[in-house]
Amino acid sequence: MERKIRVLVAKPGLDGHDRGAKVIARALRDAGMEVIYTGLRQTPEQIVSAAIQEDVDVVALSILSGAHNHLFPRVVELLRERGADDVLVFGGGVIPEEDIPFLKSKGIAEIFGPGTPTSKTIEFIRANLKRPLN
Amino acid sequence: MVDFEKLEQDFNVWKARVEKANEKYPERKKQFVTGSNAPVDRVYTPLDQVDSDYSRQLGLPGEFPYTRGVQPTMYRGRLWTMRQYAGFGTAEESNARYKYLLEQGQTGLSVAFDLPTQIGYDSDHPLSEGEVGKVGVAIDSLADMEVLFGGIPLDKVSTSMTINAPAAVLLAMYIVVAEKQGVGAEALNGTIQNDILKEYIARGTYIFPPAPSMRLITDIFEYCSKHVPNWNTISISGYHIREAGATAVQEVAFTLADGIAYVEAAIRAGLDVDEFAPRLSFFFNAHNDLFEEVAKFRAARRVWAHIMRDRFGAKNPKSWMLRFHTQTGGSTLTAQQPDNNIIRVTLQALAAVLGGTQSLHTNSRDEALALPTEEAVRIALRTQQIIAYESGAAETVDPLAGSYYVESLTDRIEKEALQYIKRIDDLGGAVKAIEQGYIQQEIQDSAYAWQMDVEKNERIIVGLNKFQVKENPPKGLLRVDPAVGEHQRQKLASLKANRNQNNVDSALASLRKAASGADNLMPPILEAVRAYATLGEICGVLREEFGEYKPNVMF
Repeated sequence: MERKIRVLVAKPGLDGHDRGAKVIARALRDAGMEVIYTGLRQTPEQIVSAAIQEDVDVVALSILSGAHNHLFPRVVELLRERGADDVLVFGGGVIPEEDIPFLKSKGIAEIFGPGTPTSKTIEFIRANLKRPLN
Repeated sequence: MVDFEKLEQDFNVWKARVEKANEKYPERKKQFVTGSNAPVDRVYTPLDQVDSDYSRQLGLPGEFPYTRGVQPTMYRGRLWTMRQYAGFGTAEESNARYKYLLEQGQTGLSVAFDLPTQIGYDSDHPLSEGEVGKVGVAIDSLADMEVLFGGIPLDKVSTSMTINAPAAVLLAMYIVVAEKQGVGAEALNGTIQNDILKEYIARGTYIFPPAPSMRLITDIFEYCSKHVPNWNTISISGYHIREAGATAVQEVAFTLADGIAYVEAAIRAGLDVDEFAPRLSFFFNAHNDLFEEVAKFRAARRVWAHIMRDRFGAKNPKSWMLRFHTQTGGSTLTAQQPDNNIIRVTLQALAAVLGGTQSLHTNSRDEALALPTEEAVRIALRTQQIIAYESGAAETVDPLAGSYYVESLTDRIEKEALQYIKRIDDLGGAVKAIEQGYIQQEIQDSAYAWQMDVEKNERIIVGLNKFQVKENPPKGLLRVDPAVGEHQRQKLASLKANRNQNNVDSALASLRKAASGADNLMPPILEAVRAYATLGEICGVLREEFGEYKPNVMF
């Protein structure tokens, strides 16, 4: 039997806009995934520790403060350093289109902008998971 | 006079006829709903207002219960204050934007601070990395504040500052900058947001736990009632509650429940209700459903007037009046076809004006993408000016009063908000309801329901789930110079090297002593600010004394 996909929804940076993060967390849970939400103001170090401790398959990052270019790559780097480079990392929030190529080059698998349906995010996770489910 | 009996007969005949015709030509939907998912009837008539009592429920403008507005002449006397929230990068850049906005006819300032400032960290704190100057201006000390308001006479403008957990510190800086301009505190006009409860509920820039946070707030109430009498000491905010997904009813209910908690805290701290209540102000959102939003503002005024007079026994009519700022709804803007946002903002701004707002911020079309450019901000300001000077909406007071629909909506929002307030009272008040996660959960449920409706196309967002076009990525978005962080850190280092460290140490020691006791915190904060202690140092002392808030995370 396949196990459930485990997802960490995380809010790096200092902004408090977590409507999107919470809606995504709930939609992923309703889609049958096991979801942990970190709460606000998490450093990349805290996010990576939680990801490893909770043994997640996916880290979904949400940010609206504008600090994404600084914080997202750091999460991928730290996961790599700790041997967890099979974790799928993607992000969302108010992120200018011109920043996306840079973020992708740093190992962020995808960036979802405002207005993305949760169904699209769910499909993306199922199609791009790096770790086996059985 | 309406003959209700005849009307009811006619109505029933009409209804039967219409429903028969509907079998052949059905209406567009089975159930019509407002922007907040409340049911909407086919038509509203005097039958929906059978029990209404004009004098008791509406009254005249400037009179209890203020349903029709807080001033007798409203915009015939003076237009609302056009106040665009702005700030980014350094104090120098933001100062230039403020001067630009004042030249363009804006009538009040509204300061956006960056996140480190809002959370009480200096620009050189590790958590500030990547955040300095991003969503607002970076303020580390009085020196930055002097630059921010350089060349702007503080006795001539009113200034609103979106600052909450460290509100006392930023207010102290503003007072000292004015002092240096030769302007006394009694001449200052403006607002600090200072609303910590909605930070716990929805906005997230909290620092301290509820008890010391409420103390800071009531200390400000007390200090300002004596020394800064024209200052709005709090802006009790539904804006962020709505942005987090609340319905119009929840926005009113949770905001007023927070208001009740502040009034109770101040009374417990020994203040007389009529000493501080006239300086309480509110901040609401305006979304797209024009009629529901207008009704929301009218209902909020009526509910608050009763709370203040009947529940708290306030005697001064100024204590009964709900005065408010409005901002159009950021969460209603789409990243797709962003020019369409100009139209959304127009509808929302019109709702705020028809609802009797005291001041207004109109969002810019590009805000689902980035901070607004100067051009986008100008269009947003022009939108207000067109409503003010060309639409006719400002020429008479409360023009939608008497609309069967709007009055029915107003009554419904009042009734449902009161039910929520009762539920929160039963839980032990807003602070307890927040600690138990009740308010947050209600909002999250609404947010999720909204998202699912959009995804099922049960709610149409033009350009998002209908009428889409293929688009190129937008060009010319505002970007904050990444060098801001470095610039700010250098300024801070040079400040620390050049100030009198003994003065700083002794001021911080007095602050610590006051924090551990019960004295009003404003005087030692003012002393620390004058000595050029930094925001991070001042909040650091308070963090050590008060501890930090640990939220109950859920979704």
